[in-house]
Amino acid sequence: MADAALFEFLHTEMVAELWAHDPDPSPGGQKMSLSVLEGMGFRVGQALGERLPRETLAFREELDILKFLCKDLWVAVFQKQMDSLRTNHQGTYVLQDNSFPLLVRMASGQQYLEEAPKFLAFTCGLLRGALSTLGIKSLVTASVAALPACKFQVVIQKS
Amino acid sequence: MSRQANRGTESKKMSSELFTLTYGALVTQLCKDYENDEDVNKQLDKMGYNIGVRLIEDFLARSNVGRCHDFRETADVIAKVAFKMYLGITPSITNWSPAGDEFSLILENNPLVDFVELPDNHSSLIYSNLLCGVLRGALEMIRKLRHTADT
Repeated sequence: MADAALFEFLHTEMVAELWAHDPDPSPGGQKMSLSVLEGMGFRVGQALGERLPRETLAFREELDILKFLCKDLWVAVFQKQMDSLRTNHQGTYVLQDNSFPLLVRMASGQQYLEEAPKFLAFTCGLLRGALSTLGIKSLVTASVAALPACKFQVVIQKS
Repeated sequence: MSRQANRGTESKKMSSELFTLTYGALVTQLCKDYENDEDVNKQLDKMGYNIGVRLIEDFLARSNVGRCHDFRETADVIAKVAFKMYLGITPSITNWSPAGDEFSLILENNPLVDFVELPDNHSSLIYSNLLCGVLRGALEMIRKLRHTADT
């Protein structure tokens, strides 16, 4: 069983590598790397979702699924639960982590605010991928006001 | 009550597969980015190296191992302490060179390759090459740390 620290080390290196490989500083170049990271997170999220036994997947409501992500998925990936979950009951959810492990080592406060999105892209994809396996199409974005707290916004896409 | 128990097992299962799945996604992405297997191998080694130079501090902080007196001891620590701590496996140590400066680690159950199948057109890909880089980075860092401590 792989130690949790390994994922953090690998994630940090992936962010560094995917940036170095595409040193296009223009907004277009940045977006491409963010979407590459997000795409990788999506595949991992999908795969994680697929490994769950059938019984777990018998959620009654959309909100149950989001709660599952905030508790079980977050504990599995980050060894802690999401700190808060809010919704407008119309398909938009805001998940708040006050001490997001992938940001904690970086800094606290306003420093490195510009770098933060790179460290959130993979996780946005992870959430989107897990939701996808659980039958939900979504758009997931993240925002940081002050490290290491961050918010993940999940908007359910009605087909 | 049983619902709680189920939850725990699922988290554990997901947690243990997270690294394997993420590594798989990374290798897949690198194969897309680079044209040939050799370049992917080099990239994995380089990334592993960068991880290794940081991992060694985590290892030293958590493992409490003392200084190794010789290379054989180093091999033991790598196989029995480090691999066990980080990947939950204990590779076997074999193939010592006559001079005692070279050995092989054989991984019977490599967690990195769970559920992984290499297509035929990637026969030169060294899938687990990240591990080589990690070892290289960690050992180089130890050498530097020792040197600083001695002077």
